Amino acid sequence: MTSLWPRIEPLLAGVQKPARYIGCEEGAVEPVHAPDKAAWLLLYPDSYEVGLPNQGLQILYEILNERPDAVAERSYAPWTDMERVMRQQGLPLFSVDTHRPASDFDLLAFNLSAELVYTNVLNCIDLAGVPVRAEDRKATDPLVCAGGHCTFNPEPLADFVDFVVLGDGEEVVAEITRVVREWKASGRTHDSRRHVLRELSHVEGVYVPSMYDVAYDGERLVAVTPKYPDVPERVEKRTIADLADFPYPKRQLVPLTEVVHDRLNVEIFRGCTRGCRFCQAGMITRPVRERPAAQVRQMVTDGLKRTGYDEVALTSLSSADYSGIDEVVSGIVNDPMCSGQVSVSLPSLRVDAYTVGIASEIAKVRRTGLTFAPEGGTWRIRQVISKLIREEDLYGAVDSAFSQGWQRVKLYFLTGLPTETDEDTAGIVELARNCVAVGRKHSNRVSVTASVGGFVPKPQTPFQWFGQNTVEELSRKIGLLKDAARHAKGVQLKWHDPKATLAEGIASRGDRRLGRVIETVWRRGGVFQEWSEFFDLSLWQDAMAEHGLSIDWYVYRHRTEDEVLPWSHLSAGLHKDFLWQDWQDALREHGTPDCRWTPCYDCGACTGYGIEHVVASATPPAGGSQGTGQDLSSGGFVPVELLSGAGGAKR
Amino acid sequence: MRLRFRFAKLGKVRWTSHRDVARMWERAFRRVELPLAYTAGFSPRPKVSFGLALPTGYESVAEYLDIDLDPSRVDGVDLTALPPTLSAALPAGVDVTAATVIDARAESLQHEVTSCDWSITVAAGATAESTSASEAWRQAGSAPLRELAAQALAAPTLVVTRERKGRTVEEDVRPAILSVDVLDDDQATGTISLRAELATQPRALRPSELLKALSPELVEVSVRRDVQWIVRSDGAREEPLPLALAPDALADASRRESLHVRRLVGATRASPGATSSGDGVGEEAAARV
Repeated sequence: MTSLWPRIEPLLAGVQKPARYIGCEEGAVEPVHAPDKAAWLLLYPDSYEVGLPNQGLQILYEILNERPDAVAERSYAPWTDMERVMRQQGLPLFSVDTHRPASDFDLLAFNLSAELVYTNVLNCIDLAGVPVRAEDRKATDPLVCAGGHCTFNPEPLADFVDFVVLGDGEEVVAEITRVVREWKASGRTHDSRRHVLRELSHVEGVYVPSMYDVAYDGERLVAVTPKYPDVPERVEKRTIADLADFPYPKRQLVPLTEVVHDRLNVEIFRGCTRGCRFCQAGMITRPVRERPAAQVRQMVTDGLKRTGYDEVALTSLSSADYSGIDEVVSGIVNDPMCSGQVSVSLPSLRVDAYTVGIASEIAKVRRTGLTFAPEGGTWRIRQVISKLIREEDLYGAVDSAFSQGWQRVKLYFLTGLPTETDEDTAGIVELARNCVAVGRKHSNRVSVTASVGGFVPKPQTPFQWFGQNTVEELSRKIGLLKDAARHAKGVQLKWHDPKATLAEGIASRGDRRLGRVIETVWRRGGVFQEWSEFFDLSLWQDAMAEHGLSIDWYVYRHRTEDEVLPWSHLSAGLHKDFLWQDWQDALREHGTPDCRWTPCYDCGACTGYGIEHVVASATPPAGGSQGTGQDLSSGGFVPVELLSGAGGAKR
Repeated sequence: MRLRFRFAKLGKVRWTSHRDVARMWERAFRRVELPLAYTAGFSPRPKVSFGLALPTGYESVAEYLDIDLDPSRVDGVDLTALPPTLSAALPAGVDVTAATVIDARAESLQHEVTSCDWSITVAAGATAESTSASEAWRQAGSAPLRELAAQALAAPTLVVTRERKGRTVEEDVRPAILSVDVLDDDQATGTISLRAELATQPRALRPSELLKALSPELVEVSVRRDVQWIVRSDGAREEPLPLALAPDALADASRRESLHVRRLVGATRASPGATSSGDGVGEEAAARV
């Protein structure tokens, strides 16, 4: 079948933001399909504006289209108005590149960045005209798969996906392509579908849920065991050893309409070893692999020239930790080609690595939004979560920013953390208030926004055993913060809806029994649950009750060391002993310093896979208090190193 | 130094908004490293001024924008080469068809343009379920629409209601309808084509509003802006930057092979304030800056 465009186009005049459905981005390709090529449809199960910038999807889009044996196109969840008219007209989900029906592809590959999109995954499969349950799929249906951080516990989606991929996708897509091409060549029969799934289970990093039996004892999960001897008992994640081998995206997509993160994005490193215990991304993407500085510069130069963007984000989980970040930032800002018009933004900043030097360089062009993430309000709770930044670090960082002309700084916090006391909670507003006081030295107009999220324990982290705070408890804590913030001049408080925190908690650490809940929520219209205008907790609560599942059991109770977790058979390389020990250390208020600059703790991520940290420079980033030989006990003095020529606050 | 560009917006890209188009141009200018002048101040913006907004979903072969170049860096800017270079830096479907230097003191496009010619294709009696014309309309052909147009043009006033800032207001749109010509109908698709000239002062009347005034049963299938007119007080008509090709030929050629069009099309006569320009098909807007 060919393009559905003639049927799509008449619908566009009646929907919001029709440019979501036209494709045509700079960098988009219209690949030529062929019987001997595996056809991938890469799907982001959220709106176009949220999904288009996703770098993981764009990287795979390029890598696959460069291959002679594969083609890749993209699709995003149609907004509800478009979905309505598509269903009225019997129009299936389509790709935006050549507007081909989704069911024409061999693979529907979902990017799972967040749990609340799960119902959208089901909706997209259904809109594609494919049965939502894997067991109902016919021989000719596409294979439904998923990658992304959420696949480290894919069990809630086990009923709906044919397979998932753990870890980095750059290399494994080639192996999957090979297996799928053989399947395609053999003719899609009932037997060949079973065969291809079995073959896929042999690919390292690929997990095929239907190849495993799950045993329960009452509420308790007892075991997840392979059905066949050739299927691995434990699936290990994939990790690319060196980011320098993958300078992607080379042709970042430039959308025609406004999207989030509408700028050039260059990934400067992957992985993070700061060891923050709440952070799933930091745990599952180890080790640190920095991109060589020269390659970063080249990608920035080429990317700016090709796209015409005037902003570049240097992305990673903690960008100021990149060794040699000062040189890279000042290199871009002072590049004559950029003629002072290109601004640099560093998402995900550690306060202890943010210096006046970086601040003054960024301020030369445009003061991009500045967000720091102390996460916890007191030194005690930050030791519990192993976010070992001290108040002095934070005040130094905001002082750097305010001294360079910033008027507003945003601080991220979590509440509902293990062992959190009301004193810890109140410390959030206290820190924000003190930051305002620091800023008042420079300007009377400064303000600080404290953005507070409810903590959801995530699989494959030391906090995976922790019982999440109830909606009532989180609401009480937010109430405390609101009261405190009322009297704090210059402090603005923002908070995440505790109800959404509960729904995320339900989906995060569930087992396969959660599949029925997700399906029920979806069937009752619960799509776009990440959007407050559509989110409805009662859908989730009712579905849990209907299927006899207890929110207390899945979300609120503390889990025990001996229990089988739904993701115990899936590995991010981290030894269970390491995670349990780290959890116990948390309860004892012991932090764990960054292992990049200290001896190895043998978490398993490097040793298990025979890989190592890759750093671009032998010098740790400036200003860091962690692992740089400085005294970590509270109250110690941390010198903030100033770059020569940078004015502002010397401490 | 101020430059004026004329461009077309055809095909899928028509589903982008006026703001989207503005962003496309800003990126294109940076890609071709055109030395734009910037506003002074805390957050410098390039000096770019767009003409009348084109409603999302409409095509056009007559869009315009004016830009100011940084006077200290204009040396070496080749105006002849700009249309093809910029077209290559813009998304498919956005093609620059002419460029010229204009007087920096010239009136803004928004202020100067007084009316637009539109090509409109409608299906009559269509519904949400079916976008083709109803059977009754299909059999009647273009005659009933011709009659409706004649009645509208003969009427002294044509009052329509519309939503404005959340309130329903009544407005006489008759003065803004300068001409309506109903062309032949297409039996195969059940659509009828018409051409209309609609005023842009004091506000721009949209083709959708014209259709609403003619009959509630008319559904837009496609709309294209063909010409923007500047009508002088003495009645003389001119375009902000004219082209030698007729709108249909231009759109056809642009769809077929944009690069080809870029070579074919040039300004036919000097627009107000131009230092120089070509004078016919096959010549570029040949001003060297």
